[in-house]
Amino acid sequence: MFERIIRILVKELLEIRRDKWAMFRLIVPPLVQMLIFGYAATFEVYHVTTVILDRDHSQESRELISHFVASTRFNVVKIAATEREVRKEIDTGDATVGLTIQPRFAAFLLKGQPAPLQVVVDGTNSNTALIALGYVEQIAATFSANEGSDFAARIPGGIRARVETLSVEQRPWFNPNLDGRWFFVPGVVGTLSLILTVSLTASAVVREREIGTLEQIMVSPIRPYEFILGKTIPFFLIGFGETLLVAVFGVLWFRVPFVGNPFVLALGTSLFLLSTLGLGLLISTMVRTQQQAFGANFFVSNPMFTLSGFSFPIASMPEPMQWVTYLDPLRYYLVVIRATFLKGVGVSVLWPDLLAMALLGAGLLTLSTLRFRKALD
Amino acid sequence: MSAVLPEKTDKAGERTEPVLVAEGLVKRFGNFTAVDHVSFRVDKGTIIGFLGPNGAGKSTIIRMLCGLLTPTEGRAFVSGTDVAKDPETVRQHIGYMSQKFSLYGDLTVMENLRFFGGIYRVPRKVLPERIRFAVTMAGLDGRENALVSTLAGGWKQRLALGCAILHRPPVLFLDEPTSGVDPESRRRFWDLIHALSGEGVTIVVSTHYMDEAEYCDLLALINRGQLLALESPTALKKRNLGGTLLSIECADIGKALHLLEGQPGLLDLAAFGNAVHALIDPARTTPEQLFALLSGAHVPVDHIVPIEPSIDDIFVRMVGEARESQEGEPGRRAG
Repeated sequence: MFERIIRILVKELLEIRRDKWAMFRLIVPPLVQMLIFGYAATFEVYHVTTVILDRDHSQESRELISHFVASTRFNVVKIAATEREVRKEIDTGDATVGLTIQPRFAAFLLKGQPAPLQVVVDGTNSNTALIALGYVEQIAATFSANEGSDFAARIPGGIRARVETLSVEQRPWFNPNLDGRWFFVPGVVGTLSLILTVSLTASAVVREREIGTLEQIMVSPIRPYEFILGKTIPFFLIGFGETLLVAVFGVLWFRVPFVGNPFVLALGTSLFLLSTLGLGLLISTMVRTQQQAFGANFFVSNPMFTLSGFSFPIASMPEPMQWVTYLDPLRYYLVVIRATFLKGVGVSVLWPDLLAMALLGAGLLTLSTLRFRKALD
Repeated sequence: MSAVLPEKTDKAGERTEPVLVAEGLVKRFGNFTAVDHVSFRVDKGTIIGFLGPNGAGKSTIIRMLCGLLTPTEGRAFVSGTDVAKDPETVRQHIGYMSQKFSLYGDLTVMENLRFFGGIYRVPRKVLPERIRFAVTMAGLDGRENALVSTLAGGWKQRLALGCAILHRPPVLFLDEPTSGVDPESRRRFWDLIHALSGEGVTIVVSTHYMDEAEYCDLLALINRGQLLALESPTALKKRNLGGTLLSIECADIGKALHLLEGQPGLLDLAAFGNAVHALIDPARTTPEQLFALLSGAHVPVDHIVPIEPSIDDIFVRMVGEARESQEGEPGRRAG
């Protein structure tokens, strides 16, 4: 049995070594993707283009404007003179946020009444819009807190307005500066190894079908599981090495901390790879050509990515969608990978995720082994 | 080598078990019947050739015999083992080679041989000697480390054969092994097949080259999934076509076919290269009458002679007869 598994394994490695571009393909694209993700993928919003219309022209309104000008979150591109100009800036996309300080802004403030500030936001990118609105509120809150204490101080000996303030002390654990990169880089490790191992495995089997060697192997006394083991072990090793490469790169280049136990990550990675290899084999039993395999991989990897919680919180999804995420091995792997990188928790906490990946992996591999024989009919 | 018929006995006078048995094999793909109740028996050391046009069902039969396809109906036995019930045992006794010459192009000659030797469970002790033999047989001495993708068709074909027989299978299936290979290589390949048959290997080979039919001990004519005949080439050629076969060499084949069609006493008609083969009922028409007919219509005839039917002629006639009995319309054919 081992003899035959090793024969296939050796052949597989020889073929990879013969392929002049294999090493390049295995190393360069993942690193490039890592760099792109690391630098470009961020939820934080800076320099939101802003147009301001001041219809009050008071000292207070100018002070509010200066708060926006000073903030790195906003980039005031224009002080508009009319409502129409605000509209035009938003329509053309030159500004994302339009602020209108209504007349009698200062007067209301002085009376201690709510002062009107209108915010128009370009909602086409709902995410940026939402975050920008949050920042507007933050600046407005700071402004009114200052004004409030000014107002209290200016009332001579009168009734001291008791301005109750609730101060929130933020203390984000595991990522004190809420650095988006710390969130993304470990996620990229998981996503890259998913796409890579599924496509490698699927195309390796389908290529044999295309050149006819699969048929040649099927008439030999080899058992399906021997073939499947010989075929998947090399890709398991490659997938593992790939994960290691990308993870080490993330730690050294992006300075993402790794506080957990590397063995727990290795265990999680192994279990995750069982699922991706199983998936790759399953695809290979359903398609005839490498092109079809490529299409199927795309069809499967994209939803897996979306449902994994990589960038869209699972808790915000509708309930039926949330059930579907339980079938997504990437969901569990992201938990394991983020927990080991940033939290440093071990198997005692992560066992449900590890178990889920083991079950999914075993299921997918069994299914593909069963389908394998029938695939020729 | 003469035809080996199922009733024959071996040298010791004992009744031999047929090495290969098909019992009512049927394969349907959806509504399409690719193989329609095919039965036969083949004895040890026989070369059986499956002959028929593309899509006749030759490959499907071979693939069912080696367990690559599950028959819809019927059973197949290799060396007494039911293929469907015990495919693992069967696979140790068969070699298979398809028209694709399935080898790894990015591996060398040696690496391919070692790989197939490994998965066919060739004992480690004898593997080097078997590999040596295969290399010599393929004519690849000195090119052991060449990448297979750099080899020409004939070498690839012989190397594929070498890989398929590394485990010395008693039964060898060759699915159109000579397609796309030059005539010289085809001849060399058939020499190898005869040598193997001489050593007692039973060989099943499919082809659509009619000239290769002569090299077989037994011919199975397949058309539309049905077995039309199973005989030795000699027996097949002695078949009575039910008339006299004439070869008419003339300048304008198309016009000649048109003129001859529907003439009284003309049983069958087909174009063969630069001649028309016409099967006539001698009681109703004569070569002289046909000559007169053609000449009268300004089609100059070079030769008009009775000929011995070739396997091609027999095959075409049998396909025509099968169609007539199915569709009940008179035979008309154009080769």
